[in-house]
Amino acid sequence: MSVTYLEAIREAQTYLLREDKRVFIYGQDIAGKFGGAFKATKGLAEQFPGRVLNTPISEDAMVGTAIGAAMEGMRPIVEMQFADFSSIALNQILNNAGTQYWRTQVPCPITIRLPSGGTKGSGPFHSQSMEGIYSHYPGLVVLTPATVEDAYTMLIDAVAIDDPVIYCEHKYLYYHLKADALPKDRLPIGKARVVRPGRDLSIVTNSAMVHEALAVAQQFSADGIEIEVVDLRSVKPLDTDTVLASVARTGRLLCVGEAFPWGGVTAEVIARVTTEGFHLLDAAPARINAKDTPIPYHPNLWSEHRPNAKTIAAKVRQVLAE
Amino acid sequence: MLQTAERGASKSKKAPHKKYLEAFRIMLQTRVFEEKLASLYRGGMITGGVYLGKGQEAVSVACGLFLQKGDVFAPLIRDQAGRSAFGEPLLDVARTYLGSRQGPMRGRDGNIHRGCPKAGQLAMISHLGAMISVVVGKLLAKRMKGEKGFVGLTTIGEGGMQTGATHEGMNIAAVERVPLVVVATNNHYAYSTPNDRQFGCADLVDRAKGYGYEGSSVDGTDLAACLEVISAAVKRARAGRPPQLVVASTLRLAGHGEHDDASYVTDDIRREPFAQDALQRTEQFILEQELMDREALQQMRVEIAAEVDEAVATAQQEDTPVGSEEDWCAISTRELADQIP
Repeated sequence: MSVTYLEAIREAQTYLLREDKRVFIYGQDIAGKFGGAFKATKGLAEQFPGRVLNTPISEDAMVGTAIGAAMEGMRPIVEMQFADFSSIALNQILNNAGTQYWRTQVPCPITIRLPSGGTKGSGPFHSQSMEGIYSHYPGLVVLTPATVEDAYTMLIDAVAIDDPVIYCEHKYLYYHLKADALPKDRLPIGKARVVRPGRDLSIVTNSAMVHEALAVAQQFSADGIEIEVVDLRSVKPLDTDTVLASVARTGRLLCVGEAFPWGGVTAEVIARVTTEGFHLLDAAPARINAKDTPIPYHPNLWSEHRPNAKTIAAKVRQVLAE
Repeated sequence: MLQTAERGASKSKKAPHKKYLEAFRIMLQTRVFEEKLASLYRGGMITGGVYLGKGQEAVSVACGLFLQKGDVFAPLIRDQAGRSAFGEPLLDVARTYLGSRQGPMRGRDGNIHRGCPKAGQLAMISHLGAMISVVVGKLLAKRMKGEKGFVGLTTIGEGGMQTGATHEGMNIAAVERVPLVVVATNNHYAYSTPNDRQFGCADLVDRAKGYGYEGSSVDGTDLAACLEVISAAVKRARAGRPPQLVVASTLRLAGHGEHDDASYVTDDIRREPFAQDALQRTEQFILEQELMDREALQQMRVEIAAEVDEAVATAQQEDTPVGSEEDWCAISTRELADQIP
């Protein structure tokens, strides 16, 4: 038996609906035989009548409704059809969900699933990585699972958290990533994972870029250069300790992110390492992100817009040469 | 609607609605309290804005008066009367405006952004229309949990009616068929902008049909009419009818906030019937119909003044928040708070 990243998300939701009566799923086209644009809820509406509900195309109201339900004791999961469309719900997420507990002391346990990141041909409005935007605002937990195992356990953990969680699932990983079975163990939310040990340079990254980084590390290993790869897993909270420990081992840091370059996760990691671990660095830290343009449609352009094995490798050489 | 009031009046010394005098007392208390808040603001005793419901007390009080325990109320900025009718203590208001750390918002949020969700009163955010879908979610969850007989009521203005969030929220309520009442008060100015730059339809109540709501209109300066129309809408929603839209017509008799002199309000509009002061109108009716005599009214004023003074004095004596003692953690799961170096 093998499980894809997408199946792990479906299985996690099956588990949640079965185990927790408070859970319901709210989103566009997720019910009936259709089961979602990506089939992440396929079969669940039949299995759990009345708990997998189609919504109108109203991202703001979807999240607002989830907020109200959560304040009333439910554990709603909102499926955004694409992360990009969550911009319509930014106000509810940032200003209503994100401020609720701080203002009223009433927790707001909603989980918003964002099918994130680029796949070729998806263009400017079906490709975005929005973890940086959500992390910038207070009151939210922001997760970016990069493996089948994390996709499963982190979604189950997300729903258990008493606060709003932005769960960024990567669309490219949906079908490309397979594991032998669902995991039995879990690493807690908030902990980064060293997915490949190394000694010469640390690549700190998240989501689909973890796999690009691993491919690059593999190439360099052939030349005797050992790159350590840190998968952040959770963007907020950010596991600064694990990152600093990695940089302490390697002395060099490259941050890789699929989101736009201004600010964001890579900038935050570098800011923390330079302020907290400047003495650990043997070279200036570097980062590589997507380009500062909308995400292009054509595969030839798209593959150059985001960081790829070639551009990451070039940055690695640059940092190693310092 | 006016006919209802007249009918009641013709039977001497009988109020046109059983909650008429109760509502009047809350309206009067609201006016006295808000005048006190305005005076504190002018005296520099209140940080941030002060937003009054002057002119809207009749419609607002009716919004709170027919809700029960287990219902959901999401008021907006001109709903002091409705909040009081729903059961919000004056002390909560005074504490919030004066920044007492013992208030429901503990200095973290101020003025009209207060609420007590556990008691069914949501704490509004400033973004108009955002609370409608939150009420929908509360009602949906109550239904999922097997509760029965509940209703949700939220208020909006003619300006707030024009946001995307309002449209999405009103529509999703109809899709979910939740027992929701939306009371839209057209007070003719959204901050400084009059109706002709706010919407293009003849009457906002016409939208009820488009959303699958039942719609009704009411003269917001006529307390008896407000009580009758809003209680009927609440009753219909509670009975499982579609969501209800009530559109009330008033004039905002204050600035948007106390910082605003509302000099843009035209003399012509001040002469419109909807520009009457609902409180004055109610008081006049009470005296004319001998529902209360002047002495009883004066006694009521004295009592209210004492209540208001006590709330304000109590809040003024309380500690304000201290930055160094504040718990700077925005989430409830403390171990997941990001540790910013």
